[in-house]
Amino acid sequence: MPTFDLSTQTLRDLNSALHSIDAGKNDLAFEVVNPRGSHAVAVGIDQPVSVDVKGSVGYYCAGMNDGGTVTVHGSAGPGVAENMMSGTVVVEGDASQYAGATGRGGLLVIKGNAASRCGISMKGIDIVVHGNIGHMSAFMAQSGHLVVLGDAGDALGDSLYEAKLFVRGTVKSLGADCIEKELRPEHIAKLAELLDKAGVTDVKPEEFKRYGSARKLYNFNIDNADAY
Amino acid sequence: MCGIVGLFLKDRSLEGRLGELLSEMLVTMTDRGPDSAGIAIYGSGDAGKVKLTVQSATPETDFVGLEGALEAELGSKVSVSVRDTHAVVTVDAGLADAARAAIAAVRPNLRMMSVGETIEIYKETGLPKDVVARFGVSAMTGSHGIGHTRMATESAVTTLGAHPFSTGSDQCLVHNGSLSNHNNLRRELIKAGMGFATQNDSEVAAAYLTAEMNKGANLGEALDHAIGDLDGFFTFVVGTKSGFGVLRDPIACKPAVMAETDQYVAFGSEYRALVNLPGIENARVWEPEPATVYFWDHEQAA
Repeated sequence: MPTFDLSTQTLRDLNSALHSIDAGKNDLAFEVVNPRGSHAVAVGIDQPVSVDVKGSVGYYCAGMNDGGTVTVHGSAGPGVAENMMSGTVVVEGDASQYAGATGRGGLLVIKGNAASRCGISMKGIDIVVHGNIGHMSAFMAQSGHLVVLGDAGDALGDSLYEAKLFVRGTVKSLGADCIEKELRPEHIAKLAELLDKAGVTDVKPEEFKRYGSARKLYNFNIDNADAY
Repeated sequence: MCGIVGLFLKDRSLEGRLGELLSEMLVTMTDRGPDSAGIAIYGSGDAGKVKLTVQSATPETDFVGLEGALEAELGSKVSVSVRDTHAVVTVDAGLADAARAAIAAVRPNLRMMSVGETIEIYKETGLPKDVVARFGVSAMTGSHGIGHTRMATESAVTTLGAHPFSTGSDQCLVHNGSLSNHNNLRRELIKAGMGFATQNDSEVAAAYLTAEMNKGANLGEALDHAIGDLDGFFTFVVGTKSGFGVLRDPIACKPAVMAETDQYVAFGSEYRALVNLPGIENARVWEPEPATVYFWDHEQAA
């Protein structure tokens, strides 16, 4: 198992190694120790590697991940798994603002709380947060699923497109054009699948409420000007 | 972008290491603000004395004979301790205003950094590592301190534009962000009798809090009022003689991480700034909530 110690090796050493995996290589489990809040740890992965980061990271950890499995055994700074394409990113602690922003695919699991703007402009990523999420989460979210076992802050799903939001706790307020919707069997099935993938065993899909777009603000209509 | 660090000690056995810990935190935040750096240290004060920290562009001439000139002007014992471009002038507590006037009379080019029983502020343009080295911050001791690395957005890169700003006795503020209603607020505060040394938006925030506290609010209440009256982006860390406060605006774009143990409360713009603190592995680490006042006070805790 290749191990990188960021107290003695550079971030570039780690990320270049992750970017130059030879075909047929099977030693794909990386370990990173002493991240000490470093930025851009394990960004741009495009191979099915696994990376265990032993500690807390700074900005943009696992950004643009395409097929890797990155686990942060600590907390993550702003922009964790930003623009993920595919793969899995797990944060054992808390995540700062805009976790999973603009993500196009893959699964982001945050076992603690996520701060503001979680899943902002998400475009296909699935995000499961065991704790709470902050304000302006799923702002302009286009597709994918955001599952929150705890509470959501102000202005959830403001200017939402077709992402599906599921919150088990309370929602402080809904953003413009975001409304509560019926939890139908297909949503329960999807929730069950996502909870299972995220390792959540003690929570039932029926405990969630679903939120989605009222679809009034997709295109500018003068009659809806007050809703912006 | 700017970097903020702050450390409020609960365990007095760490007081000897305050400057060392803060310096290390500050230098880590260099890439958030390489323009200038500054630090406010709440150190020991002598009973019945007040300290005025002054800065000079020409310390080699300004500080020569300053002690004698001030004693002649004030008719009272004065001590002057020089650190590079700054000097701490210590006088009897009742003479703070007179000393301010005396300094303006005998050395009109000196700039006032801070006035108070325990506060000293050191700030200059340049890389944080150079700024802390020239003032010997690592060797400083005290109960709490706040540091700032600046990437200027709203006003010039000058010593006076660097943070912390002090607009009241033993008070200071550092700011990451930009205020949009600072001009209007400055006009109102000038009418209310506050003085300003710069056109900087952060100085307005400092003066606002000072004005609120002059009206009788404590630090926590003053910060609470700021949520309604200040418009713009901000993460503030503020200090008073015994207190330490944190406030983020309701949008909370500007980063903030806090850590608390039995020994201290620490603030960093990024977690990186906190990684060398003793016991950080077991600290409670969290991101302060938007529009929520956090403050700690030695006197209230005691």
